[in-house]
Amino acid sequence: MKTKKIKKPLTIDQKISRRNFISFGVFSAAALGGALAWKWLYNSPIETITVTGGARKPLRRALNKTELAFRKVFSNNNLVKTYPKSMAAKKVRVNSDIGIEAEKKFDITAWKLQVKKQNSEMLQVSLDDLKALPKTEIVFDFKCVEGWDQIQYWGGVKFSDFITHYKLDDQAKLGYIGMETPDKGYYVGIDMPSAMHPQTIMAYEVNAKPLPLEHGAPLRLIIPVKYGIKNLKRIGTITFSNTRPPDYWAERGYDYYSGL
Amino acid sequence: MKTIKEKHSLAMRWTHWVNFPLLTIMIWSGMLIYWANDEYKITLFGHTYFHFFPDWFYKKFHLVHRLSEGMAFHFLFMWFFILNGIFYILYTLISGEWRELVPNKHSFKEAWLVLLHDLHIRKMAPPQKKYNAAQRIAYTAIIIMGIGSVITGLAVYKPVQFYYLIWLCGGYHFARILHFVLTIGYVLFFVIHVVQVILAGWRNFSSVISGFEVVDDQPKPKIKVADENEKD
Repeated sequence: MKTKKIKKPLTIDQKISRRNFISFGVFSAAALGGALAWKWLYNSPIETITVTGGARKPLRRALNKTELAFRKVFSNNNLVKTYPKSMAAKKVRVNSDIGIEAEKKFDITAWKLQVKKQNSEMLQVSLDDLKALPKTEIVFDFKCVEGWDQIQYWGGVKFSDFITHYKLDDQAKLGYIGMETPDKGYYVGIDMPSAMHPQTIMAYEVNAKPLPLEHGAPLRLIIPVKYGIKNLKRIGTITFSNTRPPDYWAERGYDYYSGL
Repeated sequence: MKTIKEKHSLAMRWTHWVNFPLLTIMIWSGMLIYWANDEYKITLFGHTYFHFFPDWFYKKFHLVHRLSEGMAFHFLFMWFFILNGIFYILYTLISGEWRELVPNKHSFKEAWLVLLHDLHIRKMAPPQKKYNAAQRIAYTAIIIMGIGSVITGLAVYKPVQFYYLIWLCGGYHFARILHFVLTIGYVLFFVIHVVQVILAGWRNFSSVISGFEVVDDQPKPKIKVADENEKD
């Protein structure tokens, strides 16, 4: 026969083992849960390539969410620090030639900037047309996603001046611009606020001289509010869209926004 | 007689153990990023004593060619690291637990005595409450270092939008150096911390999980009277 025991207050030893049991139990369970969560994340599948690629799916979602948070602090009033020309590097670093490889023959004289409006209307602009527009110069600290940086001196036409002059204001109301090299080997997508930032220029000069081929002659993008990977060399085509244009490094695991 | 002595609050234990894996992930992913431009070395009078980091180190821990991966992890876990830190600091301030943590006017003098004691040079350690003077300094410093990592990290991450943080950190280069040095600081802290925890023994360690320590009190005759009858 069972008789119900009268509940006695716990002794100190019982209290100790009870609290140890609970706390160590919860600790072990949480540690196990954490380890499993990490395993899930670390082994989560790589995204299928769209405009982005190469990153674990949950991490890509996180990058995109983080972009939204930091877009809120972006402002055209936040200017990149500029330096006196004397501080600019004489030898400007060349880090990549994707899309402008020297072995591919390229004729600068035949080049024209192709501007594709959203209604597929096409605009062709020559280098002389661009040089006729007001020139903007900037000496700033160019920053590479790898971690190095260099003070460089660029000159060209401010992107927002270009938009105004060619009456592309309706296009600039869209969300993104896309740029690609003439050989389509390198391409970037840039959110409109960054493209319209007052320090974003399409450069045809470096250190007050025409761009050499390895720096993207005849015209390249200099966008100081982005990492170097967005500073496309040798602009062939510009497009406008409300969806993200394809982006070379975003397809290879990097953040699409890559803003500074 | 054994008694239960409450030591660490649930919030302190929770944030401590959440922070440990978070900081580990931040350091690891930070290494993946640093590899892409590993320019720091210790050079004195033209002689380089140490290069951060040697090739075998990168290879051993598989840190090579993983920049994009490192960034993706770093910029996700930074949120958790920041939130956990904010929660801890707010809790410590509001609960009043900061009084047991933040060094007081005696701490800096006493910490020296604690150090001498720990090194077995001095017999007596100064009297302490929850934390001794050296712990107060170390555990407060590590929180300030955490804040420093967030500020220098944000500065390097968005140097244009957070230009005032860059200014505060003494420029882009110095911000990156500080961010790196703080990380080395965590690793050194970790080593000393773990050695101290091992030396302090199981009871001390388990209190950071359970929250209490068991204290063996010598029964005091005055209290004995009533209690003793109940025991068998």
